[in-house]
This record gives sequence, structure tokens and C-alpha cells, in this order.
Amino acid sequence: MQLIHCPWCGPREEVEFHYGGQAEVAYPDDPAALSDREWAEFVFYRDNPKGPFAERWSHATGCRKWFNAVRDTRTYEFLATYRVGDPVPAVVRRHQEVSA
Amino acid sequence: MSTPGAHLPEHPDFLWRNPEPRKTYDVVIIGGGGHGLATAHYLAKNHGITNVAVLEKGWLAGGNMARNTTLIRSNYLWDESAAIYEHSLKLWEGLEEDLGYPILFSQRGVLNLAHTEQDVRDSVRRVEANKLNGVDAEWVSPEQVKEICPIVNISGDIRYPVQGATYQPRAGIAKHDYVAWGFARRADEAGIDLIQDCEVTGFTVDGDRVTGVRTSRGDIGAGTVALCAAGHTSVLLEMLGVRTPLQSHPLQALVSELLKPVHPTIVMSNAVHVYVSQAHKGELVMGAGVDAYNGYGQRGAFHIIERQMAAAVELFPVFARAHLLRSWAGIVDVTPDASPIVGHTPYENVFVNSGWGTGGFKATPGIGWCYAHTIAHGEPHPYVAPFALDRFVTGALVDEHGAAAVAH
Ligand SMILES: Cc1cc2nc3c(=O)[nH]c(=O)nc-3n(C[C@H](O)[C@H](O)[C@H](O)COP(=O)(O)OP(=O)(O)OC[C@H]3O[C@@H](n4cnc5c(N)ncnc54)[C@H](O)[C@@H]3O)c2cc1C
Ligand SMILES: [Zn+2]
Repeated sequence: MQLIHCPWCGPREEVEFHYGGQAEVAYPDDPAALSDREWAEFVFYRDNPKGPFAERWSHATGCRKWFNAVRDTRTYEFLATYRVGDPVPAVVRRHQEVSA
Repeated sequence: MSTPGAHLPEHPDFLWRNPEPRKTYDVVIIGGGGHGLATAHYLAKNHGITNVAVLEKGWLAGGNMARNTTLIRSNYLWDESAAIYEHSLKLWEGLEEDLGYPILFSQRGVLNLAHTEQDVRDSVRRVEANKLNGVDAEWVSPEQVKEICPIVNISGDIRYPVQGATYQPRAGIAKHDYVAWGFARRADEAGIDLIQDCEVTGFTVDGDRVTGVRTSRGDIGAGTVALCAAGHTSVLLEMLGVRTPLQSHPLQALVSELLKPVHPTIVMSNAVHVYVSQAHKGELVMGAGVDAYNGYGQRGAFHIIERQMAAAVELFPVFARAHLLRSWAGIVDVTPDASPIVGHTPYENVFVNSGWGTGGFKATPGIGWCYAHTIAHGEPHPYVAPFALDRFVTGALVDEHGAAAVAH
């Protein structure tokens, strides 16, 4: 089991958290203008990288807040966690460049 | 009763050549798991296509094929699913003869338990749907569950009491390694090259056509490319700029120490997230649902196992003193509707077979048969046509969550 760093509560055990899939999937600006393919992409398609992945987690049995994390899907290591709206931490950007 | 395992055949000698890759093949299959090997076999057997290579990045059938819990059944809800899984089950019933190789297919039946009123309604509905599709299925009471599998706890005092079950008597298990080796031997005999330690790292492309694959052992030309890479499909298609609605997750399983025969059938429960069978040698083989997060690490988290064990011990109090021998994980590719993606890609000579998630072992002969047909004719076999990638745009989903998502 991993310790996951909640940006509000600090390090807590993995069982306290709930996984929420890919981060930063924005609701369409103009929904009525979307084609069927664009709707399919919005509803069903998510990235599935082998390597660093920006994703959403919620501290379900703690503060119950959602936050973002960048986790390496090969090792499961959390490279960073940060509050929604904050920029992706620099350490992660460097890591992504190295593994690209 | 005889000693468990006494009837297991000896481990075979090497069953296939280990050839150097040739410069080019009519068909290159990426992934040497059960699906890739079965596809190779039926390409040769049903279509006479033998200028074929199966490229495997690790060792033959060392991916999910080596890691799954081998449950075989066809009691899926929708017509499209029942058709392909029942086609597969019929092939399993004659597979030992076809392959000329023991696969220890044991039709011991499966019980899918219902624990709530809604479970009961859904289960009875599925039984009726199965019957309409010619799939053997019946609804059984808790007392009948106890007759079929005496160690199930049917007491009303547990957290999720057993309210009954669906029963498919023709369901069963097979020995996964033997299945892979049987297909591999037949494909090799037909002249197909099975190439291990050969990772596909990219593609060579000319317009709408792929001309070959780049591999850790050099470039290989291909008339047709057929993906059978299970958890790695999206990674491969990404290299071609093709997106798929697939997510790769760890899926764990475990076995107990060897025990005397105590568990005569297969018992599954979606509601409490555990399923169990007893292997030929005597281990209790158990699995649960996927770990929640995406991953490629071929391992999972222990708290999932803890939850699954709690459910198992409540349902089977006799397991409380069994020791865990080992646990492991595979990487499975799941889709939004819990059904596979098979057929065309935007590249006219690249075909995809993926998204079998937690339940593709049972499909092995069936998909091999239909995928070989799809490759040979350049058109989807009718049994796989409903599983095209474009269903996520048209909305014609085959939503099998109830029959497939957790259980296998
Ligand atoms: C723990 C667990 C339990 C399961 N239980 C059941 C069950 O009881 N019943 C059931 O029906 N199904 C079950 N499944 C699902 C089943 O195992 C899979 O759906 C099925 O094996 C997928 O098809 P495959 O056999 O071809 O995949 P795999 O055996 O995974 O084959 C894919 C192959 O592709 C190779 N590959 C990947 N990328 C590349 C590359 N770039 N180049 C070359 N090769 C590559 C991999 O190494 C791998 O060998 C289970 C799976 C797991 C993990
Ligand atoms: Zn918190």
C-alpha cells in the first residue's frame, strides 16, 4: 500500500483515496456544436500512457476533496500531487521530458 | 478420491522452433498470448495462410495468458456476446482433439451468486436471455447452491446472504499453459514462425497502409498487421496516431497451498468481488476485480487482496485456515462498455483485437477463429462485427457490465 500525499491533509494511506481517472478533461465549451465523434472522444476516450499520467484522486475518507496527481503507470510511483488549478509541478515536467 | 494432480500429464519437450525473423510476412501478429496463437492456428487451419509471424516481446504466452484464472463460460447477457462466447465454448468442447494435445478442459459448471433482490432479478433475466440464445442456464435456490457446492455458506446471517444463483453446467476451466502450447505447436507445424524476445517498437507507414513493424530484432515487412497485445494495444496504436477508448489496469489473482478436493465447481460473486475454483493439482484459485488505477507494472495493491479474502472467508468459512501460496497480476485492457474491440482500424491493413479486459481467456478459440476469418477476408466475421471500434461513435454499445465487469 502506498502513502499518497493529499495537498490538504498530508501523507495518508492509499485505502483512504478514490481514483478518478485522467485529469484536465474539460467539459466542451459549446456542447451543441460537437460532432458525434467529438462527443465520443469526450465521453469515452481517455489517455492511457505507459509512463507519467496526470490523473484525479479524491481523499474519500479524509477531507473529501479532489486533487491532481502525476503518477508513473509503470512503477505506480506518485511523482507529485497538487491542487486542481495549480500548474503541473516542475519536477514532473522534467521527468516527462526525460522519458519522452 | 485419487491424489490431486496425479492425472496431470508430464511437462512436454520443446514444442516449436525458435526461428530468426524473416524479412517479410503476409501477416504479422503482434502478441504471442492465447489470442495471437489461436489466430495463427486458425489462419493456417481454416484459411491456408501460413506465411505468418507471431511476435512476442517476452516469452510465449507469458502475459495475461499465463496469469489468468482460466474460467470458461458463455452465460453473457446480450445476443452479441452470447454468440461469440458460445461459439468459443463449443470450440473448447472439441479443442483437445483439434490440437492433439491435452488441455485439461474440465466442464465442472459455474454458479454466479445473487445477494440482493436486484441481483436476483438481473440473474433471472440473464438465465432467460441465455436460454433464448441456446446457452445452458438455470436459476437455482440457495439450497441447490449448497447441493452443487457444499462448502458455500448459505446462512442468512452473513453480510450479503446468498439468495440463489445462475448455474451454467457446461462452464469450466482449462490448463492455460497447455492451451497456449497446444496452439503454438499446431501453428509451428503449419510453418508459422513464433518469434519470442521480439518487441514491436514502431511501424513503417506508407499513406493509409502500414508496410511493416519496427522491432527489437529489426524491421519486418508485413502485408497485414494484426494486434493481439491485450493491455498494450493503446500504446501500440498510439504510435500510429490512433486513439482507442481503452484503459489498462492491473488485475490480480492468487492461489492457496494444495488442498484435497473440496470445491467441485466454480463459484463467482460480483457483489462481494470474489470468485473461486479449485485447480487440477488442488490449489484454490481466486480472483477479484481490477485495481482501480491505470498501470502496466504487472503487480497490484495488497488491500485489494485483503478485501477479496474477507469476502471469500465469509462465503467459504472452510477457507479460513488455508494459506496463501502466491499472488500476481496481469495487465488487462478495459473498455467503457466492458466488451471487446475487434476489427478495422483507420489503417486498411491493420486489424485490432483488444479490450477483452478481465474475461478474454474463455474467448481464446472463438476469437482466434473469428479474427483469422477477419484477417483472411479483410472483413469482420459476423460474430465480431458488433464489436467494431466505431460503436463508441454510433452509440451501438454492447453493455456487458452486469455479466462481465468484475467476474470472468
Ligand atoms: C489475474 C487475471 C485473471 C483472469 N481470469 C480470467 C478468467 O478466469 N477467464 C477469462 O476468460 N479471462 C480471464 N482473464 C483475462 C484473460 O487473461 C485475457 O483477456 C486474455 O488473456 C487476453 O488475450 P491474450 O491471451 O492474447 O493476452 P496476453 O496473454 O496478455 O497476450 C498479449 C501478448 O502481447 C505481448 N505484447 C505486448 N506488447 C507487445 C509488443 N509491443 N511487441 C510484442 N509483443 C507484445 C505481451 O507480452 C503478451 O504476451 C484474466 C486476466 C488476469 C490478468
Ligand atoms: Zn485530504
